Amino acid sequence: MSATPQQVSAALSGAIKRPRRWGGLLSISPALLFLGFFFLYPVVLLLGLSLVDNSGALSAQHYVHLFEKAVYVKVLLITLKIAGWTTVFAILAGYPIAYLLSTVKGSTRNSLVIWVLMPFWTSFLVRTFAWIVLLGRHGALNELLLALGFVDAPVRLIFNFTGVMIGMVHALMPLCVLTMLSVMENIDRNLMSAASTLGARGGQSFWRVYFPLSIPGVAAGGMLVFITSLGFFITPALLGGARDTMIVQVIIFQIQEVLNWGFAGAIAMLLLVAVLLIFSLYDQLLGLSTLSGETTQGRKKGPIGRAGQWLGGHLVATLGLVCEQAGILMDKLVPRNAARPRRAWGRITLWVSALSVIGFLCIPALFVIPVSFTEEGFLGWPPKGFSLQWYEEVLNSPAWAIAATRSFGVATASALLGMLIGVPAAFFLVRRQFVGKAALFAFLVSPIIMPNIIIAVALFYLYAKMSLVGTNIGLILGHTVLAIPYVVITVMAILKNYDHRLDQAAWTLGANKWHTLIRITLPLLSGGLIASFMFAFIISFDELTIALFVTGGEVTTLPKQMWDDALMRVSPALAAVATLLLAFMSCFILASEFIRRRGARK
Amino acid sequence: MNDSIHKLKTLDVRKTYGSVVALDAASIEMHEGEFLTLLGPSGSGKTTLLMAIAGLNDPDSGEIWIDGKLATYLPPFKRDLGMVFQNYALFPHMTIFDNIAFPLRMRKMDRAAIRKEVMRVLEIVQLAHVAERFPSELSGGQQQRIALARCFVYQPSIILMDEPLGALDKKLRDALQREIKHLHENLGITVLYVTHDQEEAMVMSDRICVMNDARVDQIGTPDELYFRPSTIFAADFLGESNLFDAEVLEVRSDSILMRGPAGMTVQGASNGSVRTGERVKFMIRPESVDTGNGEGSDNSAEGTLKEVMITGQVTRYYVELADGTEMVSTQLTRGGIGGIETGGPINLGWSKARTVVLAENVGGAS
Repeated sequence: MSATPQQVSAALSGAIKRPRRWGGLLSISPALLFLGFFFLYPVVLLLGLSLVDNSGALSAQHYVHLFEKAVYVKVLLITLKIAGWTTVFAILAGYPIAYLLSTVKGSTRNSLVIWVLMPFWTSFLVRTFAWIVLLGRHGALNELLLALGFVDAPVRLIFNFTGVMIGMVHALMPLCVLTMLSVMENIDRNLMSAASTLGARGGQSFWRVYFPLSIPGVAAGGMLVFITSLGFFITPALLGGARDTMIVQVIIFQIQEVLNWGFAGAIAMLLLVAVLLIFSLYDQLLGLSTLSGETTQGRKKGPIGRAGQWLGGHLVATLGLVCEQAGILMDKLVPRNAARPRRAWGRITLWVSALSVIGFLCIPALFVIPVSFTEEGFLGWPPKGFSLQWYEEVLNSPAWAIAATRSFGVATASALLGMLIGVPAAFFLVRRQFVGKAALFAFLVSPIIMPNIIIAVALFYLYAKMSLVGTNIGLILGHTVLAIPYVVITVMAILKNYDHRLDQAAWTLGANKWHTLIRITLPLLSGGLIASFMFAFIISFDELTIALFVTGGEVTTLPKQMWDDALMRVSPALAAVATLLLAFMSCFILASEFIRRRGARK
Repeated sequence: MNDSIHKLKTLDVRKTYGSVVALDAASIEMHEGEFLTLLGPSGSGKTTLLMAIAGLNDPDSGEIWIDGKLATYLPPFKRDLGMVFQNYALFPHMTIFDNIAFPLRMRKMDRAAIRKEVMRVLEIVQLAHVAERFPSELSGGQQQRIALARCFVYQPSIILMDEPLGALDKKLRDALQREIKHLHENLGITVLYVTHDQEEAMVMSDRICVMNDARVDQIGTPDELYFRPSTIFAADFLGESNLFDAEVLEVRSDSILMRGPAGMTVQGASNGSVRTGERVKFMIRPESVDTGNGEGSDNSAEGTLKEVMITGQVTRYYVELADGTEMVSTQLTRGGIGGIETGGPINLGWSKARTVVLAENVGGAS
């Protein structure tokens, strides 16, 4: 059989044979290799240590030890209790804000979101110290309560469960609000209008229509808060009492004081199993896909899911009925007049409650600013006099300068590396259809779900073998592990809204794939890319857990320097650093917002 | 009170958003069992008026009377209205059964009665077999029928429909237009319908309220609006029209004499309000313009045939008059008209009864 000349030339130009797609593999493999080596491998290694005894033989001794003493199970229960209550409070306080944000117009929403995110901008250490000063026995709040005559003696607000709750809810609520908001934004406002024309009062339409539709957001937000709180240790260590010890503190103790790696691995395993159990329960009830904001209507549910649905249905019906009766009572007290509009009391209540929660979120950040100008030698309220001595001390101290430079460099490097690895992976995940896509996505974002302490300890163990402990490279690689999931998630979100036909238009106009990417796709995505860079930068800039371990006490970053400083002495110098950081972060966010808007106008 | 004879009445309803006037002094009246359509381009205020009637926005001033009772600022759930939304607004987390049962549950009906009523309306819209499905599992047309069923089930005194067929394709839209029309006739319900599709408005309505620029422009039966529009906007917006500037030469007892384009003299139907010397417009529907020799017509014009376009049932002839003005005539497609070819001369003729004289200042500024 002989080929015609046309077939030959077609074959030569690649028009006959379907080309192999190596590009896909090229875009996903860096992410797989990187996370495989710097995340999966060390974690498996650490967990593996828990299964062997000191001689290296397979043994269950660590686990026997773990369940032998009631203390570890008790700590796990305390951890679950603290995480559970943090979740409940974060949802209760965050829901009105998210609801308000989803109903106001764009410009109002943007400015409110900046205030909601305030805790993200202030270093969590500074926030924690601000709470100590605000809530202490002679703190600002107690002074205020005494002056107003509400209490006769100072109320105990910190070094107990209350203190832990205040600190943790404050730290995690923004995350909860933003997650709930992403779902609420997509709820069709017409549904509420429809419910009211069908005869439902405000309370009924909220509980029977809006609330069930917002549940995926509530669940996803609550889930993220719960998982993140399981890994907390700074807040309980500084704001809690002896009875509020969380599991991560025990792991740190085992590594730093006892050097018992195997046992630390066993505790880490316990924590991990708890996390996975909660995930599978969540999956049963709502499906993991709701975490990325997808709807699950018509999905087949398991027995737990059906039971939950039945219970939930009755709950919202009851709540709806209660609110309806309250509304009817209200109408009796203040009769409706068809000739005059009635004041929107519900709306006013919503604004007041949302604004007071936002106030709670902003207080610590706003508190550190005046305190940093104090003349006194300690963090106290109200600050006395005005002086710049603390700024002088900080700016003249080589330790702070070195830490700041390193933090800046490390954050820039890990954000860039994270994007270099994460952006192609996000493209791959959005544009390709293949079996096991969900599993791949889960793997790429799993560093978020994994408590940071496990990653930190595992990396410390790995680095010790590779003599990477105490190096900038080690720090950068560690922070990149955390940055990749955030980059993947943000870039995937913007890619889903990207009109693929624009690329196709460029191809038909004669652009090759490379030119299309450089001249069409990336410029259009620049806003989202900047956002993901910022996200990754801040993650690294504010990171303490990994820094605490892999620096090995030899090098220091800003958060670590603050931590060390704070353990020695809580001085107004910390407030000065915090104020400088706040100013820096504000400039950073405003600048990127400016760039984004300019990009959007084009 | 004589308001009780009206099912619905709005009086000078006004609504502004900041400095934008969305609705200005809108007054309409509806009788029991009537099908009234608010028709207008987007931004004409038709949806704003509908929302004010539904209680979904508070008007700045004016009054709304439903069933003889003042309802201007009554909350929607106390108005006993039904509303069908453009995107159906079915509750995505409830089954079809629960969606339709929702208004009955809000009215505290007992379970057995709810089941009976829901199944009854599902039979009416011929979708009894989808009761246990979720809205997302239904096609657009089915979802719309469920949205209708959810409205009929509690027999509201008036049903409001906000472009309910806007999202459907042409064939389905035609079928559902007839279905809504039949439901309206068989169940004797009062319907206030919003659309920007003039054909839909013509097909379905007892009366049409043409809206323009936040105002009610003209209210009348489809026939009145089509053949006797009283404003330039209504004449232009509804159907096709030949619209020309003219000057009134003489007002006679049974007609009006005008000087139109290319200096021709035109006789138009009487219009009480115009005076001699006034600048007016006159309008003739293309199908009222005959091609041929123009003999026996009240009016005639000569021109050049520029273009012939067969659009299916009708053929359109584009004719240029001596001064360059274009006039369109549409005829049933029969193939060929007396050997006239494009570029050749052609005569047009039309009756004075079909020549509507429109004063310049009527409409919009009334």
